[in-house]
Amino acid sequence: MSQINSKITEEIRSKVKALLSAEEIAAFVGFIDGTLPMTARPFTARSPEDADRLVFNSFCVVNPAVYLPPLLKSLEPPRRPTDPLPEGPLPKVGILATGCWSRNISIQLQENQIARERVVVLGTGCRGMVDMRKVGSIIDGREIEKAYELDDRISVSGKGFSEEILLEDVLRDNCLTCICPNPVIMDHRVGGQVPDRRVDNRFPFVDEIESKSLDKRWEWFQNEISSCIRCYACRNVCPLCYCPTCFVDDSRPQWVGKSLDPADTSIFHILRAFHCAGRCTNCGSCETVCPMGINMRVLTSKLTKDVIDLYGTEAGVDSDAPLPLTTYSETDRQDFMV
Amino acid sequence: MSQSWEPKIIAFLCNWCSYPAADLAGVGRMQYPPNVRIVRVPCSSRVSANLILSALKSGADGVLVSGCHPGDCHYISGNLYARRRFALLKNLIEFIGIEPGRVNFFWAAASEGGKIVEVMKTVSASVKELGPAGRMVKRFDVPARSPQQKFA
Repeated sequence: MSQINSKITEEIRSKVKALLSAEEIAAFVGFIDGTLPMTARPFTARSPEDADRLVFNSFCVVNPAVYLPPLLKSLEPPRRPTDPLPEGPLPKVGILATGCWSRNISIQLQENQIARERVVVLGTGCRGMVDMRKVGSIIDGREIEKAYELDDRISVSGKGFSEEILLEDVLRDNCLTCICPNPVIMDHRVGGQVPDRRVDNRFPFVDEIESKSLDKRWEWFQNEISSCIRCYACRNVCPLCYCPTCFVDDSRPQWVGKSLDPADTSIFHILRAFHCAGRCTNCGSCETVCPMGINMRVLTSKLTKDVIDLYGTEAGVDSDAPLPLTTYSETDRQDFMV
Repeated sequence: MSQSWEPKIIAFLCNWCSYPAADLAGVGRMQYPPNVRIVRVPCSSRVSANLILSALKSGADGVLVSGCHPGDCHYISGNLYARRRFALLKNLIEFIGIEPGRVNFFWAAASEGGKIVEVMKTVSASVKELGPAGRMVKRFDVPARSPQQKFA
């Protein structure tokens, strides 16, 4: 077991146990071990006993901030939309947050989806999460029966093989270009500060596509989305997607047809990315959960890059700066206009 | 089939400046290409990415979006919010391989009847040069049912 992560796990357990026993929080969003090796399952701990199951390791690939707004809502007493908020403080929720997760919490706060006084953030530094597909390609897709984590390596074994893989070789692409491994907001710290990653080029994939010709770019895009089965897992896992009715579910007008027509799939992917413009924190959940391995993060990265170039802001890093599409400047560039 | 192909262009014009500009062009008997179909919207910021992409999906060969000049917006700042969104959207759709001339943005004041005619002419010519839109267009391969079939 990784010394660093087991220490964080211990600290999370004792802290959450204390918070839940003192009834300071009603629930805590974290992770427990998954049923398969190298997986971690998002989990809501609601009792001090639950806290003993919480873990933190390099397999926590889903951004838990996605559960925060609905969980907070579910803990409020039932009321009609027009009824006033009940008297007295509402139950609080604790949440585990690394750099990008905390940036998403910060954005939810800015967008008034959650109330700061109802959230208790347990911040921890993150050294990056593992990309299962990268591991799979190293071991030629053989089935992993056992895996455990050391500080800089993971050891995997199965029928007739046993290998040690360097963590750095199998980190997710978004973790390799991470600019914010430490939480931007927190109430309690678990584990130590993680040194910032030295990133020379934050958008290598975007640059690669941008250097292609128009036709090649279209070819790349159509090829990339051709395998999309429109399961909307990328939308469901995204902490930015909290609209009561998503544009893909609208039927009048029907923005996105229910067919697998390339035009419908293209529109879905363009709009999904566009709705994350200036808000995406590069947490990589969408790409990780995609059953077809579509690299849709290239689209959101392109938008992130443009937002930095045009408006100089970075989503969720500075909680005082307004989100780029909720504000404007009279001197914004308009050389794209006719 | 027709000898010369003519593009279909959807223009989203804001109620306060661009639509009156087109109206002024009509009143002034200035001719603009009949390829342009105008949709009047309350403000240029009403034009979402959904609308623009829907137009392309439904077979528009070009899209034109216009609002008041910065500082002239009837709602003070609608066009300034829209400008940020359009800049990002245009970059994104060009990034994925939609031809740069398909989606166009410009500002027009209510008095600029001549300008809007000029823009419509240039956009219509450039879209014509690009040829029929092939990307993002949804193909309906199912044959349309005849009225008899409908009640069968």
